[in-house]
Amino acid sequence: MADKNPFPGENNTGHIWDDNLRELSNPPPRWWMIAFWASIIWFIVYGFIYPMYPIGHESTKGFTGWTQIKEFQEGVDEVEAVRAEFETKIAAMTADQILADEGLSAYTIASAKVLFGDNCAACHGSGGQGGPSFPVLADDEWIYGGAIGTIEQTIAMGRKGVMTAHGKILSADEIESLAQSVMEGDPATNPLFLQKGCIACHGMDGKGLQALGAANLTDSVWRFAEADQLASVKYTIAHGVNDSTDPQTREAEMPAFGDRLSKDDIKKLAVFVYKLGGGQ
Amino acid sequence: MSDQNQSKRDAAIEELYAEAGHFELNTGEKTIHAKRMGGKWRNLKWVGNAFWMILFLGPYLRWGDRQAVLFDIPNRQFHIFGITILPQDFWMLSLLLLFFAILLAVVTALVGRVWCGFFCFQTVWTDVYTWVEDWLEGTPQKRRKMEEAPWNFAKFRIKATKHLIWLIVAVLTGISFVAWFVDDRQLWSDLLAFEAGPVALGTIALFTAGTYLLAGFLREQTCLWLCPYARIQAVMIDQTTAVPTYDFYRGEPRDRVRKGQEGSDLGDCVDCNQCVAVCPTGVDIRHGQQEGCIMCALCIDACDAVMEKLDRPKGLIRYESLDELEGHEARALYKRPRVWVYAGILLAALSGIAYGLSSIDAVELKVIHDRLPLFVQQSDGSIQNKYMLKVLNKMTEDMDVTISASGLDGLVLVGAEEAVSATKGKVSPRTVFVRVPRENLKGESVPIVFHVEATDKSGQKFSHKRSSVFFGPKK
Repeated sequence: MADKNPFPGENNTGHIWDDNLRELSNPPPRWWMIAFWASIIWFIVYGFIYPMYPIGHESTKGFTGWTQIKEFQEGVDEVEAVRAEFETKIAAMTADQILADEGLSAYTIASAKVLFGDNCAACHGSGGQGGPSFPVLADDEWIYGGAIGTIEQTIAMGRKGVMTAHGKILSADEIESLAQSVMEGDPATNPLFLQKGCIACHGMDGKGLQALGAANLTDSVWRFAEADQLASVKYTIAHGVNDSTDPQTREAEMPAFGDRLSKDDIKKLAVFVYKLGGGQ
Repeated sequence: MSDQNQSKRDAAIEELYAEAGHFELNTGEKTIHAKRMGGKWRNLKWVGNAFWMILFLGPYLRWGDRQAVLFDIPNRQFHIFGITILPQDFWMLSLLLLFFAILLAVVTALVGRVWCGFFCFQTVWTDVYTWVEDWLEGTPQKRRKMEEAPWNFAKFRIKATKHLIWLIVAVLTGISFVAWFVDDRQLWSDLLAFEAGPVALGTIALFTAGTYLLAGFLREQTCLWLCPYARIQAVMIDQTTAVPTYDFYRGEPRDRVRKGQEGSDLGDCVDCNQCVAVCPTGVDIRHGQQEGCIMCALCIDACDAVMEKLDRPKGLIRYESLDELEGHEARALYKRPRVWVYAGILLAALSGIAYGLSSIDAVELKVIHDRLPLFVQQSDGSIQNKYMLKVLNKMTEDMDVTISASGLDGLVLVGAEEAVSATKGKVSPRTVFVRVPRENLKGESVPIVFHVEATDKSGQKFSHKRSSVFFGPKK
């Protein structure tokens, strides 16, 4: 270390070794240092505003008392506040009245999509497209009727239609003959239709009876649609639907949702289902 | 080793370090106090500065019952005079950005950093700030003296006045910026009543602080170390670009002029350092082109003034390309591929914008086909598809929009019996069903076209159509 600086004016620190090896002072630019200290100050201030400094297993809470879950809850409340207006209206209205109001219908369809996905889509598909042995909800065929009140009742009480198994009552030829005329869409012209008592449920004209859930046999929609539709029809005639005496019977049961969903939710779902295919 | 070799080696070493001797890293330790001189380029610079009056005055133009240019972000609408641009038309913004980016490139390729030197907000605001400084504190020498002088009342008063004026300019900048995004009358009445919202106040505060710090203190440091454009622009310059250039053939060897020494073999440069004194970024143009130079051409004014006094020809520093300086002929514009490429892109962007603006539809239709199920079998044997139609009304009034569909024999459109009441500037959705007899379907998916029609109050008809597909079962 030299007592007198032999290199004046070059801004060295005064640390000089071996006569000329010296440490120069090249500080970062002023603006850089300002930003550096400002960020440290900000870091400390931030720690007082928000939860940060650890104390054992806890941490400081911050002046503002901000927490993530609080902010999330505020967001949820905000959404709920927007929905509340519609929800109170819906609670005071019947499903029919909701259908008559375009804005409310749109809201109901949008919000019931989640309900439908949670409760109905497992069997009926996310868009009401149905599935093997589960009815399509997006078409205009309603087994029990497509009035909004009936749909509400179906959801709340469930449905379980019954068709007797005819495998032991009818001969194979008779089943074949009946199935053929059902395929042609005109079973009423087949004398067996009357003689074997099909008309009791499916009606004189074969158009079914919505009160019993007896299918319309003259239209283009199949309750149990399969690739080989003739075989499907024969199977249904032989084994029936929900006939406990036949172990091979078709099972078709809509469970009741009345005790699982609130009245308003059922109302919303009914509107949603009604609108899936454009109403009855 | 002979003496001759030794001296040769010394000369080589000296040459090696000659450049290093000139290099000085300007990191802002010393404030650059540039001298202000009049002249042709100085006047042009004021014109460039005046361009920014648009920022301050633009928001107060009116168009009908609203602000002429209003970027209404909360309502997602841009109003530009008679045109209203909704988010759906935003692709035009990308073309506009492309246009300006290429404009920057083409100008730079032809005449250098004109943006930096004359139009950039950093340059302009710094120029105004230093103008105030010059007016209050005096010439650069006086300013340097004042900086070193101890604090007294006079110094405090001058400094305080300066900072006050700077802050006023900064606050006005912030308010003017915000006024492009909210109604200016509302903004001013809110501000005067201390009722402005946190977003407006925050933005104003941010712009005030930014203007005050960047133009008042950081100044040329912004161009040297912060600005990416400065670096990008510099690489777009080539041999043919006309830039402020020191004619070293004419100027060198330079020396101070002495009385009665005319006619010596010295160059025209008298080493008066006026070009350095006036430079707002503190560079010496005589070292040639360099990244610190923002090409404001103020050194040309300074040099010309000196040359005039000494009765020597002007233009020792002048706007000229390196090619011309070296004695080559300047290449004609049409012979430069850059010009063609840039012009092509400019033209494409402009025609895109022109097409977009001329073809903005008053009513727009979007069709979303329901995917689950793709189609359903109806009881009468027809096939039904479900569509979500989204009708966008870009007019300034609500309209009733009627929907129709075509393209398939025997199609029945359900759900469009009543017109959609389309709210202005909003999207109104409507779910519709289309039923087609199965025998009329020629394939699994066939085209279908939806039409919308509306009539405004004045009786003018607007329509729009959108094609989609209709799905059916396999044959």
